[in-house]
Amino acid sequence: MMTGSIRKHDESRPKPIRDRLWWVVSAPSLWALHFLACYITAAIWCEKASHPEQMSFLYALITGYSVVALVGIAAVGWLSYRNFRRGDPPLPYDFDDPQDRTHFIGFTTFLLAALSGIATLFTVLVFVLVGTCD
Amino acid sequence: MSTEEQTERLLKAWETPRGWRYWSAVNNSEVGLWYTLTAFAFFLFGGVLALIMRIQLAVPDNNWLTPDQYNQIFTMHGSVMMFLFAVPILEAISIMLLPEMMGARDLPFPRLSAYGFWCFLIGGIFVCGSLFFGVGPRGGWFMYPPMTTEYQTGVGPDIWLLGLSFIEVASIAAAVELIVGALKCRPPGMRLNLIPLYAWYILVVAVMILFAFPPLIAGDLLMELERALDWPFFDADRGGDPMLWQHLFWIFGHPEVYIVFLPSIALVAMIVPTFAKTPMAGYGWIVLAAVGTGFLSFGLWVHHMFTTGLPGITIGIFSAASEAVAIPTGVQIFCFIATLLIGRVTKSVCLLFVLAGLATFIIGGLTGVMVAIAPFDYQAHDTYFIVGHLHYVLVGGTIFPIVAGFYYYYPFVTGKQLSERLGTLAFWLMLIGFNVAFFPMHLSGLWGMPRRVYTYPGGMGFDLPNLISSGGAFVLGAGFVVLLWDVLRPKGKQPLVKRNLWNAGTLEWSGQVPDKPWGIRSIPIITTRYPLWEQENLLTDIDEGKFYLPDAEEGLRETMVTSTVDAEPMQCLRVPGPTFLTMFAALFTGGVFIFSTYHWWIAAGISGLLSFGTIVTWLWTGTALIPEKATKDVGRGLTLPTYVSGPSAVGWWAMFITMLGDMTAFVSLVFGYFFYWTVHDTFPPTEFDGRSVAGPGVFWPLATIGLSVIAWGSVIAARHLNRRDRPVGFYLSLTVSVTSAGLAAASLFWGPYANGMDPTHHVYSASVCVLVLWTIVHLVVGVVMLLYCGARRLAGRMDATHDADIVNVTLYWHFLVLTVAMTGCVIGLFPLVA
Repeated sequence: MMTGSIRKHDESRPKPIRDRLWWVVSAPSLWALHFLACYITAAIWCEKASHPEQMSFLYALITGYSVVALVGIAAVGWLSYRNFRRGDPPLPYDFDDPQDRTHFIGFTTFLLAALSGIATLFTVLVFVLVGTCD
Repeated sequence: MSTEEQTERLLKAWETPRGWRYWSAVNNSEVGLWYTLTAFAFFLFGGVLALIMRIQLAVPDNNWLTPDQYNQIFTMHGSVMMFLFAVPILEAISIMLLPEMMGARDLPFPRLSAYGFWCFLIGGIFVCGSLFFGVGPRGGWFMYPPMTTEYQTGVGPDIWLLGLSFIEVASIAAAVELIVGALKCRPPGMRLNLIPLYAWYILVVAVMILFAFPPLIAGDLLMELERALDWPFFDADRGGDPMLWQHLFWIFGHPEVYIVFLPSIALVAMIVPTFAKTPMAGYGWIVLAAVGTGFLSFGLWVHHMFTTGLPGITIGIFSAASEAVAIPTGVQIFCFIATLLIGRVTKSVCLLFVLAGLATFIIGGLTGVMVAIAPFDYQAHDTYFIVGHLHYVLVGGTIFPIVAGFYYYYPFVTGKQLSERLGTLAFWLMLIGFNVAFFPMHLSGLWGMPRRVYTYPGGMGFDLPNLISSGGAFVLGAGFVVLLWDVLRPKGKQPLVKRNLWNAGTLEWSGQVPDKPWGIRSIPIITTRYPLWEQENLLTDIDEGKFYLPDAEEGLRETMVTSTVDAEPMQCLRVPGPTFLTMFAALFTGGVFIFSTYHWWIAAGISGLLSFGTIVTWLWTGTALIPEKATKDVGRGLTLPTYVSGPSAVGWWAMFITMLGDMTAFVSLVFGYFFYWTVHDTFPPTEFDGRSVAGPGVFWPLATIGLSVIAWGSVIAARHLNRRDRPVGFYLSLTVSVTSAGLAAASLFWGPYANGMDPTHHVYSASVCVLVLWTIVHLVVGVVMLLYCGARRLAGRMDATHDADIVNVTLYWHFLVLTVAMTGCVIGLFPLVA
């Protein structure tokens, strides 16, 4: 059992990015940005383009968004994977220990990156399979 | 100082007011309890409305209710269940439980919770009361225009719009409270990996409220402007489009489903480990599910609009996201099942309701996957299939878990236990009644019965399923009567339960029986996820005051603020005690909304002034108070500051979170402007209805940006000068910023005014004017805040080291300058490139 050495919070000790709360939501945020970008671009394209049926420019844009989003999500996932595998603190990772905290953030972020990757691919698939404003 | 004397002082500080002053209480235990009981009362009211509908629909061609009465009743049923029960009950339970789960004495802003509660009570009674005068809203809980703008001339839609907007304010207040509570008020040692799962869910849900409710508030504002002032946002004749309301409503409405589902499933996450006698399997996976669902639920809103003629690609994108959300939703259910399988399960009524909830929700979830597929939705849309689906989701995902929570937490609140025998009876009545009532709706829907009809002709195959549904509804109602009797029956002779009755592992069960008002005797160090199971002598050490803040030597209410990730101690936070100010503030704020409904503008104005005065008094006397000493020994050799400002302070977080919500509402209005741009060939139009359509020009919007940037820079300078203790420079900077902000507001008004813009002429004019209105109101609020800071310094309530007021106001100004810049660019520059 950990005894839990409590010390006062020290602002001057900066935390690495991967130990911050917002790191957990970075991959789903990329999904959200990609989702919004695709939705807004398609909505404007379908309403405003002079020839909405010629979709090559739209596809180029969506491909660009998707590459950026998927690379970003993969990078978050990979860094988080390394984070929770590195050090490998003893099971079951549920104590008041900085290593356990790092493991938790890494593991959860990795899972969220996987989910965000799948959800992003779902969006991309729509352009592959539907591909029409009608 | 003996332990007994310390205990006495602590009890004295946290004493609940007695007699008529009881209603001035602001502590989370009292406010949480009132909130829960009020929400439950509204639930029973909504349930009675449902039974009235089922009587009407039991037989074909029934004329027991008139179509108008039926419309009011089904509208109120949906509105009450969603706005007055589902959302408030989760806030209520969280306000009551969250501090106890985290060993905190209270949430960081108890008066805000109390204000939220009183707003909720007043708004709820106002909205429900309309039904008894025959003037209730009739447009469905989604209030689609043009039906609610052109075809309903009574006050019903206004009551809905203003009454529920008022309640949404309460929801956002609770969201601010719960986010700061979950992030900053955890006990030392409770790092992110040790937070009770309930707190994770609540954190996600509170953030969702922050982004989901503001679009609806923006929509309410647009519709009320149309109804009250004839600004044509949804009037197709003048360029408006009812589809914008649908977008704004469902950007709120779909996350709303998860906003009510996740907290209930959070209760399940607390109950399952207790009755399985083992820690939850897959803690990280459940956090994934909570966060993942929270995000994906924002990508589903268009699946309510599949039949509105949107482009195929748009429908596909939202259909795909609607399928994807099933992944995280399913993950948590697997975790619950796995925990039950690996544990040694003990039978109880709580667990029966949990299992019923899971099974029912899975059925509703599967029909949800069906209607997420657009071609199926085209067939099922607006039929009773959807009524069946949504009730399986909401009753399975929300009601059954909440009933389980009632059985589980009743002893925690009252020290008495509900009857297992009556509970078993209620369970079977509810389970059987629910399925008999709602399963046939899938069939009647597939056979073609439309929703929201007050009656139907006989001989179309709808007779039998409707009769069965009505019978089931009354069996379900009987189950709730049994539950109500069990909750209300006198229990004077029943002995108190033992401490930690269910042998749970989480901290809320550390309370003594009967419980004391202090929340917890001393704030413990937490080193595990299930401290009552895994930390030896924890209860004894808590009771003996061996941990933090075991005393209240100054007679003040105190709790501890810790860091976000690792819960390292940061501050000894003094929280305010009982007051009637919050009740009066809510009453006067309510007056503004209620009088506005009837267009009693003078009364609304007076109420607004009284509300403003009360809120300023509340802030002046109760926030950012300079403490009598800079630091305090909180026990175990730890000394913490009693005053902090900036990102370390809970007030700064509250401002930041509130402004995120505020920006979301503003972005929704900007979205409206661009929505109209996409649906019109020419936007802004040059001419409409024989008149040229004026714009605000380029100069005045850009001048507004320039003046606001000067004001913003001066605010930042004022903050620096205050910190360096240069009063002359501080007041000078303040004067510059107030003057510049005033000029900015005038300049923003002057552009549209001088160019002769008429907001009733065309939707373009209305869209520009609403952005101008929003921004001017925010500039005025910014000026008031600056004057408040000046007065605080003059009165000696703010100085160089105690500067939370000006720091928080500067944060407001960061958001304000962004708002002004966006407004200026959209209305001034976008027409040049449109």
